[in-house]
Amino acid sequence: MPRLSIIRSSQPVWLLPFVVVIVCLLSGLPLARLLYAGLRFSLQGKATGLFTEPATWIAIRNTLTTSVGGTAISVFLGATFAFVVTLTDFRGKSFFSFAFVLPMMIPPQVTALAWVQMSGPASPLLKTLGIAPPLGSPQPLYSLSGIALLLGVQHAPLVFLALKAGLGSLPRDGVEAARLAGASPLPVFRDIILPLAVPGLIAGAAIAFVSGVGNFGIPAILGIPASIYVLPTLIYSRLSSFGAGTFAEMSQLSMVIAVIAGLGLAVQQWALKGRDYRIIGLSGQNAAFSLGPFRLVAETGFCLVLFFVLAAPLAALVTSSLVPTYGVPLNLQTVSLDAYREILFRQSVTLTAFANSLFLAGTTACGLLLFTVLTAYLLARRPGKLANVITSLIEIPYALPGIVLAVAFILLFAAPLPLLNVSIYGTIWIILIAYFSSFFAVSLKPVASAFLQLDPSLEEAARLSGAGFGRRMRDILVPLIAPAAGASVILVFLIACSELTVSALLWSAGTQTLGVAIFNLDDSGSSDLASALSVLVVVMVILLMLMLEMLAKHLPRGVLPWRN
Amino acid sequence: MAQLILNHLSKDFGTGRAAVADLSLTVREGGFLALLGPSGCGKTTVLRMIAGFEQPTDGSILLGERTLADGSGSLPPEKRNMAMVFQSYALWPHMTVAQNVGYPLKVRGVSGAAWETRVRDALAVVRLEEFAMRRPAGLSGGQRQRVALARCLVTSPDVVLLDEPLANLDRHLKAAMEETFREFHARSGATMIYVTHDQGEAMALATDIAVMSEGRLMQVASPQEIYARPEGRIVGGLVGQGAILDLTLPDHGSRLVFWQAIEASFRQTAGPSRPVLVRPEHVVADPLGIVLQVVSCLFEGERFALSLRTAGGQSLKAYSATAMPCGILQPFVIRQGWLL
Repeated sequence: MPRLSIIRSSQPVWLLPFVVVIVCLLSGLPLARLLYAGLRFSLQGKATGLFTEPATWIAIRNTLTTSVGGTAISVFLGATFAFVVTLTDFRGKSFFSFAFVLPMMIPPQVTALAWVQMSGPASPLLKTLGIAPPLGSPQPLYSLSGIALLLGVQHAPLVFLALKAGLGSLPRDGVEAARLAGASPLPVFRDIILPLAVPGLIAGAAIAFVSGVGNFGIPAILGIPASIYVLPTLIYSRLSSFGAGTFAEMSQLSMVIAVIAGLGLAVQQWALKGRDYRIIGLSGQNAAFSLGPFRLVAETGFCLVLFFVLAAPLAALVTSSLVPTYGVPLNLQTVSLDAYREILFRQSVTLTAFANSLFLAGTTACGLLLFTVLTAYLLARRPGKLANVITSLIEIPYALPGIVLAVAFILLFAAPLPLLNVSIYGTIWIILIAYFSSFFAVSLKPVASAFLQLDPSLEEAARLSGAGFGRRMRDILVPLIAPAAGASVILVFLIACSELTVSALLWSAGTQTLGVAIFNLDDSGSSDLASALSVLVVVMVILLMLMLEMLAKHLPRGVLPWRN
Repeated sequence: MAQLILNHLSKDFGTGRAAVADLSLTVREGGFLALLGPSGCGKTTVLRMIAGFEQPTDGSILLGERTLADGSGSLPPEKRNMAMVFQSYALWPHMTVAQNVGYPLKVRGVSGAAWETRVRDALAVVRLEEFAMRRPAGLSGGQRQRVALARCLVTSPDVVLLDEPLANLDRHLKAAMEETFREFHARSGATMIYVTHDQGEAMALATDIAVMSEGRLMQVASPQEIYARPEGRIVGGLVGQGAILDLTLPDHGSRLVFWQAIEASFRQTAGPSRPVLVRPEHVVADPLGIVLQVVSCLFEGERFALSLRTAGGQSLKAYSATAMPCGILQPFVIRQGWLL
C-alpha cells in the first residue's frame, strides 16, 4: 500500500516556516529591537535629558506644523484634481494623471533642490529670464511654510489616488440613476458622490500626514540651512554629532515619530474600515458631469498648476545643471555640460554612489522577488488570521517613516553579529538589509494581487497533471504572474534607487547612495553637480515609470500607484 | 484500473454543519456516475476529496486496493493519476492548445515524437487538430471545453472528474458537448464522475446517478430506476417533474399504486397519510376522474403545462395538448403514483 503523506493543502511543509522566519528577521526583529530600546531608555530615566531640551519640543512643534500645513495643501490640490479628473468630461485625463503623480515618484530631496533652484535671488532660471529678486533678499523656501508647501506638493498625489480609488468605483449608471430619481447635479454631488469620497479623503489626508511626519529629504534641504529642525532631521543631526547618549536619544525620538505616524495610520484604518465600496454595480464608465464652458478654464488652470509644481522646478533643475556655478544666468556663453562630465567621469564620490545605488536597488528588487513570490503564494492559498499577521508585519516597516526603520537597524546592528563576531554596521550590507525590510511591502503588493486574481483551478489542474510544487511554480504559476513580478522589480528598483531617508542614517564613507550624494553635494555648495545628478535621477524615474506604463495592460488592477 | 470506493466519507470545514456526512458509495470500474444535487449539497466537496484537493475529516477513499485518503493522511493529487474538467476549464493561458493538452505527458517525462503523437491523437478525439498552435484565449467556450477534455484523455487516467462542465455553455452547445462526453466515455473506458445540479444532464449522460442533499447520499441507481422508483421525499422532489400528494393508503401492497387505490384514498378521510409521487404524464383529463381546479396553464411549445389543485388544497401537475382556461373545474384521472 502506498504511503500516505499528511498534506492538508497544496503548500510544501517548509513554506510556512520559511516565510515566517523571513518575515520575523526582516520586520519583527528590528521593530522589536526599537521598541525594546525605546522602552528601556525611557524607563531608565534617560528620557529626562531629551525631553527637557527646548530643541526637542521645537522639533516636535515644527514637525506637526509642517505636516499639518502640508496635509492641508495636499488635500486641496489632490481633492480638486481627483474630483475634476474622475467626475467631469475633462480631456487628457491619463496624461494629467501621470503628470500629477510624477512628483510623488521623484525623490523629495530632488523636489526640494529643484524648488530651491527655481526661487530665490540666485536662481539660474530666474536670472536667465531676468526676473530674479535682488541679491541679498532671502530664499523664501528656507522656512516652515516653504517646507509645508513642498510637503504638500510632494504628497498631493497620495490624496488624489486615495480619493480616485473611491470615486472610480462609482459607475456612470449610479449617477444616472440618481438623476432619473430627480436629483439635480448639486444633490447628486452631496448625496451620492460625497459619501463615497469622504473615506478616501480622510484616508488620503492621513497618509499625506504620516508621509509628511516621516519626510527627511525636504526638511533636510530646506530646513537645515536655516537651522529649522523637524524630528527626522533632528535624529540625523544627533547621529552626526555622535555622543554617549546618542542611541538613547535616537530611539526615543524615533518612538515619538512612530507614535505620531501610528496615530495617523490609525485614523486611516478607521476611515477605511467597513467602507469597502469597490463592488458597486458594473464597473463601466465613470460618471461624467459636463463642465460646459468651464472645461477650458479647468484645463488651463490645471496646466498652470502643473507648470508651477512640475515643469518650472524641473526646468530650474536642468538650467542649474547647465551653468558653471549657482547664480549665473544660462546663455550661449555660459552653457556647459561640465557638471555632467564631472559626476559621470571624474568624481569618484558620485561614481561610487551610482555603483552603490544600482547594486542596492538591483539586489533588493531581484532578491526580494524570491521571498515575495513564495510569501504571496502562501498568503493567497492560506488565508486566515496568520496570513493577516504576516501581511501586517510586512507592511509596518514600509508604513513607518524610513528614519525610524533606519534607527531600528542601527540599534540592531551596532554591536557585532552574535556567533559570527562580524559587524555589518557601516558597511553596505546594513543598508541592503534595511532596504529588504523597507521595500518588502512594495515588492509584495503586485505579486500578491496577481496570485489572488489567479483562478485556483489553474494550479489544481496542474496538480492533477502530476506536477509537484516546484514544477507547478516553474511551469504554471511563475509564467502567469510574470508581468506582476516584472512590475514589482521595476517599482522596487525605482524607489530604492533614489532613496535617501534610510541611507542618510546608515551610510558611511564609501557606501553613499545616490540620494546621499545629491544631499551632500548640495550641502557642500556644489549645487550644479547636485542638480546634474538630480536631472539624471529624474530621467531614470520617468523612464522606469514609462516602462511600467507599457506593462500596465498585463497587470492586475491597482498595481501601479499612479493608475487605478 | 479498479473500482472507486468511498467509505463512510465525511468532511467538516469547521462551520458547525458537516459539508459531507457519512457517505458510502462504490463506483464500478468504467462506470459513469453523476453526482446530482442542489447547490451547496456537498457534491463538489466529494469530487474535490476524490481528486485530493480536500482531506476527508473521516472515512476513506479507495481505488481498488490502493488507499487514496483516510482520516490520517492523503495522497497528494499529483500522485493519483486522475484528471479533471473544471467548471472554468482551467486552461493555462500562457500555453498553446497542444502544450495545454501535452502538459501531463511532459510532467511524466514523455517528450519528442511520442509526445507529439499522443497530443495529436488526443486532439483528434475532440476534433481540434487544426487548433493545436492556438492559445486558449483564441477559442470559443465549447472549444475550450474540448481542450480541457483532451487534456484529461492524454494520460489515460484511472478516474476522470467533471465539475459542472456544462454550466457555462448555452443550450445548443450543451447538447453537442453531452454527445462528446458520451463518446469520450465509450472510448476511454475511464471511470467518470460528473457533478451537476442539472438532472437533464445527469439522466442523459450517466450510467448511475447518486442524489445528494445536505451532505448526505440519498439514493444511487440507474437513471431509469431513479426516475421510476425514487426513495423518499427529497429524491422524489429532486428528480424529474411531478408533485407529491399526501394520500391515505393501506400499509400493505406494492409501492406502485394505481387509479383504483388512488380514487379510493380520495374518498377516505381518516387514517395516516403517506407521500405519493405523481408524474405529470400520469395525470390525464378524463370524465371518469375526480374534479380538480386548473390553477394555471402555461404554453411550453410542444404542449401545455397545467397546475392543478385538489378539493383538499393539494397541488398536482399535468400536461395537456390543448389550452384550458384558468379557474375551471375539470375531471382528471391519476393513472399511477409511486409511494415514496
